[in-house]
Amino acid sequence: MSSITLIVNRQRHTIDVDPTTPLLYILSDDLRLRGPKFGCGLGQCGSCTVLSGGRAIRSCITPVSAVDGAEITTLEGLGTAEHPHPIQKAFIEEQAAQCGFCLSGVILTAKSFLDQNPKATDAELRQAMSTVLCRCFTHVRMLRAIARYRQEV
Amino acid sequence: MTPDAHDAFVRAGFSRRDFLKTSGVLVVTFGAASVLPSAGAQGPFGTQPSHIDPRRLDSWIAVGADGRITAYTGKCDLGQGMLTAQTQLVAEELSVPTRAVTIVQCDTNVCPDQGTTSGSQSTPTNFNDRNLAQAAATAREALATMAATRLGVPREQLDIDSGVIAVKGSGSKRLTYGELVAGKSFNLDLDPQAKRKPAREWKVLGTPVPRLDMADMVTGTFEFVHNVHVPGMVHGAVVRPPAPGAALTSLDESSLTGLPGVIKVVTRKNFVGVVAEKPWQARQAASKLRVVWSNGSGLPSQADFYDHMRKQPSRDVFIVNSKDVDERLSKAASVIKATYLHPFQMHGSMGTSCAVADVQGNKATVWSPTQSAYPTRSGVALLLGVPTDNVRVVFVRGAGCYGINGADTVSYDAALLSQAVGKPVRVQLSRQDEMAWENYGFPYVIDQRVGLGADGNIVTWDCEAWYASMGGRPGTNTPGNVITGMLAGFSPAAFTPRSAADPASRFNNGSNAAPSYVVGRVGTAAGGAGVVASERVLAHTIASPFFTGPLRSPSRLQNTFAHECLLDEIAAQVKVDPVTYRLRHVSDPRLKTVISEAARAASWQARPSPKPGAARTGVASGRGMACVVYEGDNGYVAIVAEVEVNTGTGKVVAKRLFVAQDCGPVSNPDGMRNQLEGGALQGLSRALGEEVTWDQAKVTSIDWRTYHSLTLGDEMPSVQSVLIDRHDVEATGAGETAITVIAAAVGNAIFDATGVRIRQIPFTPERVKMALASV
Repeated sequence: MSSITLIVNRQRHTIDVDPTTPLLYILSDDLRLRGPKFGCGLGQCGSCTVLSGGRAIRSCITPVSAVDGAEITTLEGLGTAEHPHPIQKAFIEEQAAQCGFCLSGVILTAKSFLDQNPKATDAELRQAMSTVLCRCFTHVRMLRAIARYRQEV
Repeated sequence: MTPDAHDAFVRAGFSRRDFLKTSGVLVVTFGAASVLPSAGAQGPFGTQPSHIDPRRLDSWIAVGADGRITAYTGKCDLGQGMLTAQTQLVAEELSVPTRAVTIVQCDTNVCPDQGTTSGSQSTPTNFNDRNLAQAAATAREALATMAATRLGVPREQLDIDSGVIAVKGSGSKRLTYGELVAGKSFNLDLDPQAKRKPAREWKVLGTPVPRLDMADMVTGTFEFVHNVHVPGMVHGAVVRPPAPGAALTSLDESSLTGLPGVIKVVTRKNFVGVVAEKPWQARQAASKLRVVWSNGSGLPSQADFYDHMRKQPSRDVFIVNSKDVDERLSKAASVIKATYLHPFQMHGSMGTSCAVADVQGNKATVWSPTQSAYPTRSGVALLLGVPTDNVRVVFVRGAGCYGINGADTVSYDAALLSQAVGKPVRVQLSRQDEMAWENYGFPYVIDQRVGLGADGNIVTWDCEAWYASMGGRPGTNTPGNVITGMLAGFSPAAFTPRSAADPASRFNNGSNAAPSYVVGRVGTAAGGAGVVASERVLAHTIASPFFTGPLRSPSRLQNTFAHECLLDEIAAQVKVDPVTYRLRHVSDPRLKTVISEAARAASWQARPSPKPGAARTGVASGRGMACVVYEGDNGYVAIVAEVEVNTGTGKVVAKRLFVAQDCGPVSNPDGMRNQLEGGALQGLSRALGEEVTWDQAKVTSIDWRTYHSLTLGDEMPSVQSVLIDRHDVEATGAGETAITVIAAAVGNAIFDATGVRIRQIPFTPERVKMALASV
């Protein structure tokens, strides 16, 4: 067991945990956060995505020890229903979800990429989104919402 | 329901009586089902008698002292928007804003039994003149009658608006719903005379009310079943066999020595699971537990599987048989024959399935993402050996399921593990356990022969299909229809070969086994959408090596792929525009309309396929159409797909889709468009890349590298939808229409672009290249 400190959605948590535990398990079980979700446990689908220092990481394959001391933002840390982040607002305006299970992957991957690459081409954005799935295939609306956010970056 | 209310509801449980008493304040003791005395009502779907009598208004609608409406439904939101649509329905009929309505979905303690939320049946079931719609209309009229009595005026002199009933022209003579009911029950039967509001008067229904759950989903606060935490909850993980047919020989619990948190290793026949304090500990224990299994039963070769299917003993049924097909074929001016093939595909939900169960003695509560709350209640009772009335199933949404994914099986997993440890247990499957053992969509082999007259029109249509099936939805008494039930000792529904009798009493095209172009005559009635009177449709079911079950548009998609591509082949052979040729063979005016509307939206140019100058080099482009009357009577749809085929790489990209749909009165146009877009693109992914693979022993599609879904990074078509909003007909389903026709439309567009017909799904780059090279 190791003592690990995480700053999650601006709150500091120190936990005593098996350091090999994937970050996702800490976020969803210990901290009871609902944003990041277990989709595959293999880093292949995006459901578990969180931001670590602004970069999108797959929390299901990130040992918690690798983010000791890091600032983590989950989907619920981005904004609230009352005060959504601009990218969340864009998704709400486009009604860009069906079951909603994939949204951490879709929103946080797009946000991280566009924030760091505001002048990215469509092809580069597609490349960045190529490890993200939405099995309800709400793609048309999601891509519209991402485009809307992109105009604002 | 707000997330907080929902949270409290899920976590604490409550009795219906307490809920009514406190009018929206959710209080009660936590624990297993507290069952009201049985009203003796028979469940409407052949399920166990329920204590919620669907004939009684109080089973559906409660009005609180504050005037808030709570509606109880047996049809749940799986991500398709049914929560919002049902809220609109109740708000409309009771003339209240949507925010005054709380919908409680699929809790067997408080909701009426409406079977399974599936088959695009929620809209036809609850949005016409029965069930929830009738309940809401009954409640409105009951409130109006009460108000008329209290105010001393005839019903006709009353206006109802925003939960207030007032005498017309009088500002002061008014009563609120809350004042009228004061939290008491109605004590009335549903009233067939209580009329729905006509669609032309709708203010809430028929409008694009935004999804009520959208903001919570997008901000990560929506509660999925994966987020349910019950006090004292521990975590389970299952250890599935390495291959179908493998049986448990032995296991070595000492292999877990030193692993922290392990509570128990649980076995029951071939079911193996572990329970631990923390989810990661459970996952680790499941992967480290040393288990010896017997060899599996072996699998038929995938390379020869479609031939294998034809040779198996089968259970046969004639959908239709005019008994003149052989003669007509022999006399036809020409006969076109083709075989179409469709693989096993999987639901492949975004999230692996998850459930929480709390079994205490002979009582159990299961928080489950199942589409079938009441049947799951019965299945869990059988599995645990407890009375059905002692089991409560509370639906909590999971990841989109698209049919029977792992939702039912994981509910059984959680129940078995909780029973073994006497604590609430949460189980979430691994990706491999989800994918290797779910109930796949059916594989199909479809042979068709169509005879043409000298004028090029169809004179006879012969269709013979083979599909493989094992298990399926467990229903009330067959938990062995999914993997956990079978491992625990229950058998899947027995498969008995049988030769085909004459078609049943009426034309039933629920699987779209018959194409849209036949008359569908059984006895004296013709129920089809087409003009071809000489018709024979024979379906053979064979035993599947894998579990199967409904996958969005089960059988209907596979059959429609074959019919709609063959229709296109015929039109090409006789050199007639495929839209014109379709219209020539369709009699149903609603189907004709969607065909014409999709063609119009796509600016369809009438000409035969393939297009002049169809190319087998470079990037070729083409267009294709397909249409269907979904399930024979549950929605009309036509689609035009424009695609590009890179003849060098074999990659197919859809550029634009145009969908026209008639599902009767539209409850929520934006919700319908969302379903339509999602269905079309999900179907596109299935058509272009999805196929379950296996080796001699086991399934090899076990993750997203080995099962190929389109991603957010793949180029996606635009989708233009034309909604035909009819108010003079019943509302039908809209969730499975577009997905039923997309594969055929893409296949037809590939042919239009290249002149090459591909008769096997998926249209992978390899298959497309091979087809291009073979001509």
